[in-house]
Amino acid sequence: MATNWRSCPRFPVADLLDVRLCTAPFDPALELRNFTRALPQAGGIVSFLGQVRAGDGVEALDLRHYAPLTLPAMRTLAGQVRGRWALDGLLIIHRSGEMVPGDPIVLVAAAARHRRDAFAAADFAMDHLKSESWFWKREKVAGQWRWIEPRMQDFEDIARWR
Amino acid sequence: MAARLVFLGRLEELAGCPFADVAFGAPLHWADVLAWLGDDQAPELPALVNSDKVRLALNGMMVTDKASLTVVDGDELAFLPPVSGG
Repeated sequence: MATNWRSCPRFPVADLLDVRLCTAPFDPALELRNFTRALPQAGGIVSFLGQVRAGDGVEALDLRHYAPLTLPAMRTLAGQVRGRWALDGLLIIHRSGEMVPGDPIVLVAAAARHRRDAFAAADFAMDHLKSESWFWKREKVAGQWRWIEPRMQDFEDIARWR
Repeated sequence: MAARLVFLGRLEELAGCPFADVAFGAPLHWADVLAWLGDDQAPELPALVNSDKVRLALNGMMVTDKASLTVVDGDELAFLPPVSGG
């Protein structure tokens, strides 16, 4: 996979928070390995990888963001997650731009002393990224782009945390 | 004086461009913005962006009350339709 690391700069909110918006492909395995190595004190690390789903004739997925809002809101979310659970570290990497089936879209990893906090933190982060983060999505089917509307399931997922 | 209007998501398709620069002689209020959108961009845009579904950001800050909006020289006003999930 061609990877342009310079397009994927690190913007750590604090020592333990690594939040990035990438406009080029990233390598989830490498990112997870680096994150894990940096946190030997964490007893458990839970990660979630979202990738472009193959099927339904989807040829490409295009995620658009708005620079003044998208990354700042991701960093705010990371701060909320960190305030809610006792974490050793939190990693959030989100793609923007055009992708093809199989490409990674989002990687979330939460590291904690105990696994329950790590599971819950990663779950919370993903639900909020899916329903509240500033991304607009369109997909290409049979050569035609069409915008994707919000799904009711996303609103139900986030309501679990209120 | 000029300001930039940014159209996100499907609004870009309706407006026909990702952003547009609007020139004006006096600060723009919400009604002025709506009138400009209808005249210069697309007739269906004003009703759409005036609905609760479309939110606004002025220079990266969320606008809580559209009616009290004032756009001055150098501002960037973004129109944000519902997000479709990451």
